[in-house]
Amino acid sequence: MSQTIVVGFDASDSGNRALDFAIGEAKARGARLLVAHVLEWSPYTFLTPEEIEERHRRRTEELSRAETAIIAPVLERVRAGGVEAASELKYGNIGETLCAIAKDHGASQIVIGRTGHSELAARLFGSVAGTLAQASPVPVTIVP
Amino acid sequence: MMFATHKTAALTALALAASALPAAAQSIDERVNEIFASSTGWFVSFIFSSFPGTSFPWIVGWLVVAATIFTVYFGLIQFRAFPHSIALVRGDYSDPNDAGEVSHFQALATALSGTVGLGNIAGVAVAVGIGGPGATFWMILAGLMGMASKFTECTLGVKYRNEYEDGTVSGGPMYYMTKGFEERGIPAGKFLAILFSVFCILGALGGGNMFQANQAHAQISNVVGDYPGWITGLIFAAVVFAVIVGGIKSIARVTEKVVPFMGLLYVGAALVIILMNADMIGWAFGQIFEGAFTGLGVAGGFVGALIQGFRRAAFSNEAGVGSAAIAHAAVRTKEPITEGFVSLLEPFIDTVVICTMTALVIIMTGQLISDPATRLFLLDEGGATNQTVDGNKGVALTSAAFSSAFGWFQYVLAIAVILFAFSTMISWSYYGLKAWTFLFGEGQSKEIVFKVIFCIFVVIGASANLGPVIDFSDAAIFAMAVVNIIALYVLMPIVKRELNSYLARLKSGEIRKFV
Repeated sequence: MSQTIVVGFDASDSGNRALDFAIGEAKARGARLLVAHVLEWSPYTFLTPEEIEERHRRRTEELSRAETAIIAPVLERVRAGGVEAASELKYGNIGETLCAIAKDHGASQIVIGRTGHSELAARLFGSVAGTLAQASPVPVTIVP
Repeated sequence: MMFATHKTAALTALALAASALPAAAQSIDERVNEIFASSTGWFVSFIFSSFPGTSFPWIVGWLVVAATIFTVYFGLIQFRAFPHSIALVRGDYSDPNDAGEVSHFQALATALSGTVGLGNIAGVAVAVGIGGPGATFWMILAGLMGMASKFTECTLGVKYRNEYEDGTVSGGPMYYMTKGFEERGIPAGKFLAILFSVFCILGALGGGNMFQANQAHAQISNVVGDYPGWITGLIFAAVVFAVIVGGIKSIARVTEKVVPFMGLLYVGAALVIILMNADMIGWAFGQIFEGAFTGLGVAGGFVGALIQGFRRAAFSNEAGVGSAAIAHAAVRTKEPITEGFVSLLEPFIDTVVICTMTALVIIMTGQLISDPATRLFLLDEGGATNQTVDGNKGVALTSAAFSSAFGWFQYVLAIAVILFAFSTMISWSYYGLKAWTFLFGEGQSKEIVFKVIFCIFVVIGASANLGPVIDFSDAAIFAMAVVNIIALYVLMPIVKRELNSYLARLKSGEIRKFV
């Protein structure tokens, strides 16, 4: 059975560098790539009544936008590089959700891009890399 | 020299204007108050008329009987389902694949931000000011029983909502009245729905708007000094307008984020004051229990305490009123009953916890004046209310109670009151709007008309006196309860069916935890 590498992808520059790195890694190991895009979501934020009413419609829109604008072109790019690819689109805390995806798919490693937040911002809001460093079930590569 | 003359003239003009302004303003406030009191008086006296030969308002009896019937019919559901409700809010039963939809926690938080507010701060003070400490006992009891009413209405609100193709929903009592009655083959559903919608619009303009504006003004002028109410009204109206008409979500979003922290700060401060006077806790509860059954010489005696307790509780947690059913109907869930379970926590948090804390702080800090010899509370000259330190009423009484422990707290409370008032107005503008669109149909221009009317009433509410505003607010909200509870009686077998089916599946393991 071939290995699976999870790459946490967002449309940023570092996300693209992480993807390139992961494609190279997958080629070298003959692994398959799982492109994971997580939409930041907390079930504990506060919404107005109108926002609650529109939430389901918004969610549907967000999912289809992410699917067409982010996931589809990336899958094409990975496959063009001759690597087998699949995708996961989820809502949740980015770090925790990446861990859950890696566990569910029995992945061998996770690749993410460095976000480049200042130390203060990372302290206040937590960083994806920090969460993964503490909670990841598999080795993590952070691409600068 | 020329220069100096000009300066003097300008100063004189300024002084003249300054002296003319309060006089004119005062008369605007008085006119508003006069017109308002005379045009709503008949409605208020009908809602609060007593059973013949007694001083017991029929509406209070109506609410008590309803809450008791729901409590018995659903077998003390508020206690049986309490742990499961907590588990739902914690997300134990939420499918991770549904992440991104509104969570039970969010539904609860939004519904609470509509009810936690002035009712908990000012309403309790009104209850204790008139009914004495004993009113607190009846308030807690009303809160506990109200949990069953809330459970019933919110389950129905979700079950019979309208779902539109674009994914949005409209729900609430007017929808379960029409669809639920049709399903059971009972006539008059449409009639009740229209009646409810009319009262809901009045309630939104009254308790959800004018009372809020009124008490926010009282609190601000309590801190900065007296000034005409219409000024506060105009400022509030402008901000509300910006949010509900202008769609400036950022203001609403900031409020929705600050309000929970204000709530926690309020409860925290109350807790600290209660703990600082820990030796008085026993005495305070003694006053509450004793007062509940004897009246302890408060206005209207024991019946007065009971009436005030139930009135303010209903006004604060809105159980049986139908407003929460509108709020919860917007939440997407596979099982309507889960929203019922979540909603039964609202009267508990709102009334049993927060209102009780306010009452304890007022009682413990000695705001009510009692006769040193007889230990009975003294009444005002008119005999209508208890004597308080400095004659404070409503939100000023709560403010005085908290400030006696922490001097700076009146400023925190002023900000809290403004934010609570604002978030309650935003919630009620939504409830009112749903009733409005039910009556007149959905559509941009129709919605704008309601929203503008809503803003005008902000100004009226801030200008009028507390008495007529509070009476009208109560009357409109109770009128909603009259219609809503009739519908709940008719539809409660449907809720029971949902409940039994859900509990059976929970027991069999078909509905399971995800964590």
